[in-house]
Amino acid sequence: MSASLVVFLILAVIAVAAAVAMLLSNNTIYSALYLIMNFLAIAVIYLTLGAPFVALAQITVYAGAIMVLFLFVIMMLGAEKFSEKEPLRWQRPVAIVLGLGLIGEGVYVLLTRIGTQMLSNTATEAMADPKALGALLYSKYSLPFEITSILLLTAAVGAVVLTRGGKREEKQ
Amino acid sequence: MIPIVYYLALAVILFSLGILGVLLRKNAIVVFMSLELMFNAANLVFITFANYFKTLDGQALVIFVMTTAAAEVAVGLALMVMIFRVKGSIDVDQMSKLKG
Repeated sequence: MSASLVVFLILAVIAVAAAVAMLLSNNTIYSALYLIMNFLAIAVIYLTLGAPFVALAQITVYAGAIMVLFLFVIMMLGAEKFSEKEPLRWQRPVAIVLGLGLIGEGVYVLLTRIGTQMLSNTATEAMADPKALGALLYSKYSLPFEITSILLLTAAVGAVVLTRGGKREEKQ
Repeated sequence: MIPIVYYLALAVILFSLGILGVLLRKNAIVVFMSLELMFNAANLVFITFANYFKTLDGQALVIFVMTTAAAEVAVGLALMVMIFRVKGSIDVDQMSKLKG
């Protein structure tokens, strides 16, 4: 086993274990923290794949901004101590069977359709260059980039409008 | 040298765990976190193939997915705060007002 394979396996185990712990944890705050752990493990995998800019964006945007938003809302609502009642008992085994079926299908496709192509972990310098990525974003992907900015603006305005509407309803 | 299948298998497992979270959990915030997990699995596939084909397009698409996820989370959590104010709970089973 090469060193890079060992590193990958450790990261993969951390990522999957954190995801499972997120699903099983009863306290929503613990779930959020496990998800941050998962994001960090995936970010390190991005680093090993030669995408340092995306890895750091993952840490700042996902593990930083988005998860802080989650924790903020969890603590604002006091949602960490919500107990989960189970009105539909038959739902759980069916969901587990369907989820495992999905995993089985994915593994089957991977084993039959994807051959034994190897990934060389030696990222070229051009691949890891944030300058090249920025140039690509502003040239080939300039239209999606602008649309994304409109999307973000809409989301920000929408979030403000939604929460304001709630206040007005409360007063009436 | 790592077989590309390993990365794809990790992505499949993470995506399926996300699906399981959406199906199993009733806390709407955990459902949202499972959605983020699925976004992440898709991003991992993008980065894997960006490395495999030695092209930057995959990384550019991941940036777009991240911004879309951020927008989705902002609107979704605002909706959740609203639902909590109206109903006093964010249990997805109780959001059944539109049921005929």
